[in-house]
Amino acid sequence: MEETFKARSMKQSFDWKLVLIYLLLVLIGWLNIYASIHSSEPNGILAWTSRSGKQFVWILTAFGLAGLIVFVLPPRIWESASIPLYIGVLFLLVAVIFLGVEVKGSRSWFEFGPVRFQPAEVSKITTSLVLAFLMSRPNFRITKLKDFLTAAAVIGLPMLVILGESETGSALVYVGFIFMLYREGLSGWFLVVLGMAILTFILTLTASPYTAILVLIALILLFNFLNGRRGWKFMLLGILYILVMALFPKGWNLLCESLIPGASLIGTVDPSVEMSIRQASSWAFLLRVKPLYFLIGSALVCLPFLLRLAYREKDTFLSLSVLAFLAGVVMVFSADFIFNNVLQDHQRKRIEVLLGMKEDPAGVGYNVNQSMIAIGSGGAFGKGYLGGTQTTYGFVPEQSTDFIFCTVGEEWGFAGCLVVIVLYVMMIWRIIQDAEKSREAFTRIYGYCVASCLFMHLFINIGMTIGLMPVIGIPLPLMSYGGSSLWAFTVLIFIFVVLDHEEKKYF
Amino acid sequence: MDLSRKNKLLIGLVAVAVILLAKIFYIQIIDDTYKISAENNSMVYEIIYPTRGVIYDRNGTIIVGNKVAYDILVTPREVKDFDTLMLAQVLDTSVTFIRDKMAEYRRNRKRIGFQSMTMLRQIPTETYNRFAEVQYQFPGFKGQVRSIRDYPVNAGGNLLGYVSEVDAAYLKAHPDEYRSGDYAGRTGIEAAREKDLRGVKGYHIFLRNSHNQIEQPYKDGEMDKEAIPGHDIVTTIDAELQQYGQRLMQNKVGSVVAIEPGSGEILAMVSSPGIDVSQLADFSRHYNEIMNDPYKPMFNRAVQAPYPPGSVFKLVNGLIGLQEGTLRPDSMFPCAHGYPLADHRPGCHGHKSPINLEEAIMMSCNSYFTFALRDILENKKYPDMDAALDKWHEYVESMGFGRKLGSDFPSELGGTIPTSKLYNRLYKKELGGWKFNTIKSISIGQGEVGVTPMQIANLAATVANRGYYYIPHIVKESPGIEIDPKYKERQYTMVDTTEYKKVIQGMWRAVNSGAGMGGTAWAAHVDGLDICGKTGTAQNPRGADNSVFICFAPKDDPKIAIAVYVENGGFGATWAVPIASLLVEKYLKGEIADNPARKAVEQRVLDGDLMSRVKTD
Repeated sequence: MEETFKARSMKQSFDWKLVLIYLLLVLIGWLNIYASIHSSEPNGILAWTSRSGKQFVWILTAFGLAGLIVFVLPPRIWESASIPLYIGVLFLLVAVIFLGVEVKGSRSWFEFGPVRFQPAEVSKITTSLVLAFLMSRPNFRITKLKDFLTAAAVIGLPMLVILGESETGSALVYVGFIFMLYREGLSGWFLVVLGMAILTFILTLTASPYTAILVLIALILLFNFLNGRRGWKFMLLGILYILVMALFPKGWNLLCESLIPGASLIGTVDPSVEMSIRQASSWAFLLRVKPLYFLIGSALVCLPFLLRLAYREKDTFLSLSVLAFLAGVVMVFSADFIFNNVLQDHQRKRIEVLLGMKEDPAGVGYNVNQSMIAIGSGGAFGKGYLGGTQTTYGFVPEQSTDFIFCTVGEEWGFAGCLVVIVLYVMMIWRIIQDAEKSREAFTRIYGYCVASCLFMHLFINIGMTIGLMPVIGIPLPLMSYGGSSLWAFTVLIFIFVVLDHEEKKYF
Repeated sequence: MDLSRKNKLLIGLVAVAVILLAKIFYIQIIDDTYKISAENNSMVYEIIYPTRGVIYDRNGTIIVGNKVAYDILVTPREVKDFDTLMLAQVLDTSVTFIRDKMAEYRRNRKRIGFQSMTMLRQIPTETYNRFAEVQYQFPGFKGQVRSIRDYPVNAGGNLLGYVSEVDAAYLKAHPDEYRSGDYAGRTGIEAAREKDLRGVKGYHIFLRNSHNQIEQPYKDGEMDKEAIPGHDIVTTIDAELQQYGQRLMQNKVGSVVAIEPGSGEILAMVSSPGIDVSQLADFSRHYNEIMNDPYKPMFNRAVQAPYPPGSVFKLVNGLIGLQEGTLRPDSMFPCAHGYPLADHRPGCHGHKSPINLEEAIMMSCNSYFTFALRDILENKKYPDMDAALDKWHEYVESMGFGRKLGSDFPSELGGTIPTSKLYNRLYKKELGGWKFNTIKSISIGQGEVGVTPMQIANLAATVANRGYYYIPHIVKESPGIEIDPKYKERQYTMVDTTEYKKVIQGMWRAVNSGAGMGGTAWAAHVDGLDICGKTGTAQNPRGADNSVFICFAPKDDPKIAIAVYVENGGFGATWAVPIASLLVEKYLKGEIADNPARKAVEQRVLDGDLMSRVKTD
């Protein structure tokens, strides 16, 4: 009696579609790993020594892990064990800095004989569990400062340690937890501020500080308008200001040129000629005043008025906007400093190549260029399985790990890319839907954590292969070669599957 | 417009997916920059290697240049049946060599694929020309021009350093700077200025069809980049002096370092036995031979060997005594064939007693400097001997010992100077601890004192300058090559400049008193050069004593300061003194005076062979 009941509930309450998508992605990954190595290691797909053979073993063991989680371990264990697991993994993260082996410039791998293991992969799981555990306590409110700081610390701690291992990519994934926090009630403006910070940084480096600050002001004005407290009059004034300031640099240059003969030559001729241009005119001091000073000056003049307005109308949003503007200005002026002094050499080069500040197809840009050629040459339907040339001659480095998506792009074309991306979207979509249906906060929050992690990996990894993101070495979930990553994502997903199942079983 | 947060996130997810797909659609379907042609073509980068910068000596003589050599490359996939015997004759090699190589390529054919392999390296131009005439008969074989290092002057392999293909460890240490197949300077000057010498690689882009044949330049070579040659380097080395030093040190183990006191520029740096320049150009071929050499030619004694300095170190202790006020130039101490207060150890040679500081330096009296150090360490100014010794250590360190000098020459080591901590560890308090008598051997540069030849050469330069030195360096400033400003700054020691003057007369008399007057370095005397020097004889637990000498000249306007260290050479006067005096004469006068006495000295040094004395196990 009990047997039949259980069997039926398994069938009905398991999210079989999710499991199916998982299996498909793993299979597609495995086939493409074989395609990416078959010419340099010409063996069968199961050959023990080749990467595809090894991946087969990883896949089987990953299935074993999934079975263990689904059938053996009591589902409740994840909630109760979350904190000890988190602390244990944090300890491993620190220990690996001292005891690990160095792989490609970062010390983040443990090595046991032939097997390598990266604690940063596991830390995603434990961080998600602890977040779910803490945030599902009845009196937890993300809008309370103390609770927000607790959540931030849980995310920030492993992230900082991983940054210390100089695994920038893995650390970046943790930024994705902000989506989960948003779902749990964090103000959406956090997402906006994050986006604006990235935009300002990029504009400062690629366009100019002037453009960056102007765009920042425009966005802040727009958001204030959208937020509903400011009327049309305010908005029109803002648009007028932006327009004037957008044209100002050109006007200023015209003014300088009309007053100082030869002013337009400054910066293009050699210093001795410049000197004589400067000395020839009594207006030469104008050249020292940059339009940027006017922009910041005019904005600063407005600030006291805006602050008074904010105080009178108790408009917190406006006062926070002023703060955001000041922070933005500081960032614009420190962007160059951060870029040149804080970032490591290779990171700087990768960003330069991404933003088109430097062309370097034989050097740092090599990977991206080759990867884009591989994908681009795939066309609509690809060159056919095992038919890729970029792939087979080994032009793309790291092809079976971080650049596995190239093989998909080259051999299966746009159709293949579409299928793979749609599968990922479906997977994340289902996880979010299941999470929303859940009656328990723990399951819901954990589900959002899983979705966020998958999303970040998907976006960063594929973005990197097509030149939308700088080269950041993180794997494509379930598809890239490597046991650590496959195991970690299997465990991450199947804990959610079993939590989801556990709840539905009783309906 | 009232979306739940879930739905907003889902919209975001789909939006990102659409952005990714849009970009993929763009590069796969719309933009054909990335689709080089419909027939599965691909781009091939041919890397153009820059020529390395030339290395000059201080007078504009080229000491390292470049010459052309040829490699023979094979693309095994393109090789058809060929006349093995003929190819072997043309390439000056054996038939078995070619057969073995071809068999090796066949075994590894899967790994090699379409790549070219280097079969022969650095064949001479005549051989290559012979090959070029018949090349058409050997499809798959081709010659490749390479620029390799050329050494017109025998300036010593340890000084110049070698250039070799980067290995995995080097690639890891310099991420994003090199690729496998690149060359890099690994030791010596080549490594010191690798960044300037290496130049910037260029590349030509070609299109390759699906049969892996190169078809045409990509976009007519529009995207190609030419290589930028490396920057030339002017060194501080005097090629003549360096070569002469190499010759004098032949068949001896040890080192010579010569410095221009007024600038800290290294004029010569010899480590013997060293790597021969004939082995440098193709270092990897000689690698095993060099590594297995019992005399360790890779070991650069000039900057790495922590030798006991012997009596040369008395200058240091004398100067510290003067600064501390525990010693005056007219302090008299007795000598009874040794230090009279403790079983006549350290022992000394026969000379009059008591004597003053100047005479003690001139005759190198062991007893005198043992007294001098005792007074420094038993100074009532300090609470105990630990504190006094650590103060002494501070003084010694300020003179450039016990730490790296900070030279631009790579792989410099710092040597050792003892501290109270070291002695407290060696002589445990509960076992009686240590007293002055325990450690007195450091007063004459024995015991726990270890210094490199460059450090004692720097001491000679410091005394020559009457109290300051410039950090010894090997690269001169030249257009486009900057040097660290620290090399232009005077480095003062903790001993006042006035004190230095008080030891110089003793050093002058050591050389210029004439034979039989008790001066230990009379053999260094050269008429008109006013050499000032200090000998040393350092105990070597592995056989005969080491022979040491430092000197500078001329006394009143020093142009050169030299340290010579000869392992197992016996008394300082036996080998180190004549070698140093010949080098000074060569540098200041251009040549060795044409008189029988000097020629005899030169001949004796050139013939001297001490290799059998050196234990190598």
